[in-house]
Amino acid sequence: MSTRIVELRAKVMKQNDLLARALRERFETAGIIVVSLVSSPGSGKTAFLEKILGGLAPDFRVAALVGDLATENDAARLKRATANVRQITTGTICHLDAQMIEAALEGWQLDSLDFLFIENVGNLVCPSSYDLGEELRFVLLSATEGEDKPLKYPTIFNSSDVAVITKMDMAEAAEFDVAAARRNIESVRPRMQIYEVSAKTGSGMQDVFQLLRNKLAHSPEDRLASSN
Amino acid sequence: MHELSIVLSIIDEIGEESEVRGLNKVEVVHLKIGVFSGVDRKALIFAWELACEGTSLDHTRLDIETVPLIIHCAVCRQDRTPPSLYQLCCPECDTPSETIVSGRELEVVSLEVAA
Repeated sequence: MSTRIVELRAKVMKQNDLLARALRERFETAGIIVVSLVSSPGSGKTAFLEKILGGLAPDFRVAALVGDLATENDAARLKRATANVRQITTGTICHLDAQMIEAALEGWQLDSLDFLFIENVGNLVCPSSYDLGEELRFVLLSATEGEDKPLKYPTIFNSSDVAVITKMDMAEAAEFDVAAARRNIESVRPRMQIYEVSAKTGSGMQDVFQLLRNKLAHSPEDRLASSN
Repeated sequence: MHELSIVLSIIDEIGEESEVRGLNKVEVVHLKIGVFSGVDRKALIFAWELACEGTSLDHTRLDIETVPLIIHCAVCRQDRTPPSLYQLCCPECDTPSETIVSGRELEVVSLEVAA
């Protein structure tokens, strides 16, 4: 049977990318800094986010979306820091996508917020393909995981903007080689910014707060305001 | 395993194009998948067969062109293939590079349809 070729040249993620772009424009217009968190399950995303929200809440208006396959447990934990928390339960889906973010934002006044954090489903593979419209993607790696995790999951580390090594209070007990972890992160993402933190003791968190404060100070809306 | 979600996006794209262009039965779908796209070839084919069963795309074949990871070396001023997916540096001069030229593709290139 004869066939003919029809050229498409269409990006598979077109729908998600378009939606993510629209979200990014909304975030920029509202002057809100959006940060997503990715990591394997159990790397301490929620504990880290609790500290972040708690640290920023006195001075800034913060909100969080948190993705999990099931339960509202993480949202309940995060609500201790701010009331603006919504859980996204994905059912069997292993990642968040732009459509889920858009739906979860329903009814929130974005311009009345300074920061929005999006905690992705614990997974180092699938979230890398989905743009959520965030300004920064943090990838977390805990001291109790192997130093070679970045080498095993190069795509997600490469697609992220900032690496955060968590549970540093346990580094010694876990014989975690932080220099090797840093080398491995830089191998998959040259010149990546790396932070070493402990959500438990609070060590290193000030540097992360500083990064976030600087981001807000340099957001397009503020630049616009200062030029007027 | 997000390949099923990816496959559903591909099926939507084909459905839209078929309707707009009034295409006959799609025999082959030509895809380009970068090794750094986060999508696994085997899982994608498995999900494809599962999703197409009993639909108008039943027995439609996926033809996947794998795109290698290429980085740009600012020192050599050349596009290079890094030593591995987890060593993003120039194989000649060892300079780390964050400039990815190709390898992230996830694209429906063309369809082969019954004439």
